[in-house]
Amino acid sequence: MEVSRVAEILEAQVLTCSDFLDGEVCSACGSDMMSDVLAFVKHQGLLLTGLMNPQVIRTAMMMDMECIVFVRGKVPSEEMQLFAENSGIVMMTTKYSMFEACGRLYEAGLGR
Amino acid sequence: MAANEELSFHFDVDGNDFTSAGEASVKVKKLMRQLGFSPELTRRVAIAMYEGEINMVIHANGGTADMYVDEDMVRIVLADHGPGIKDIAAAMQEGFSTAPDNIRALGFGAGMGLPNMKNYSDEMNIDSTVGVGTTIELKFKVG
Repeated sequence: MEVSRVAEILEAQVLTCSDFLDGEVCSACGSDMMSDVLAFVKHQGLLLTGLMNPQVIRTAMMMDMECIVFVRGKVPSEEMQLFAENSGIVMMTTKYSMFEACGRLYEAGLGR
Repeated sequence: MAANEELSFHFDVDGNDFTSAGEASVKVKKLMRQLGFSPELTRRVAIAMYEGEINMVIHANGGTADMYVDEDMVRIVLADHGPGIKDIAAAMQEGFSTAPDNIRALGFGAGMGLPNMKNYSDEMNIDSTVGVGTTIELKFKVG
């Protein structure tokens, strides 16, 4: 699924790296625990989280993830946005909860 | 890389700033890409080292990370002068953590750090003395 389609499904506002919306993700991981992301993510290119600190971006970088979605309408600081922009990671924010955001993406075929 | 030529890189891990934890791992990831290592090996090294860096910041007020690279092996040595690990066998169990609640609120401290480091590396050696510090060596076979 193209990252742009993720943004559409989640009615999300894209905050960084809007040039990379044509990137492809084949699955996603929803977690507020970065330790678990580091332990269990294999090839999921998309991270959904409600956690808000720069280690979210660094975790995504370590796992070669292309995109981070912040749920429940959370908007990262300008500092975090700059960090993601410089790291080539698409960041977006959606009004949906973690549960509903994951459900909408799964229903649309992501990870299936 | 010429045969038997070993490259080494040194990084200081700042223990006072959780925000900067992982900077050395990002540098290592870039270096390994530049040196032409496979994406899979690069990812394993970076993840294991990142867990180590986070541990050093959480528990030991920082430390040092050294990377040694030759054509057969990537070796990471993480050293700190923190409190040491009282029970290494317990610390190796998934879910065992002594991290405080404020660290859990930051998304870490789930007790996956050391198990992850072991899982992502080919060999892990821990040398720890309570009250003195901890040194962890991670080995990754190339190819």
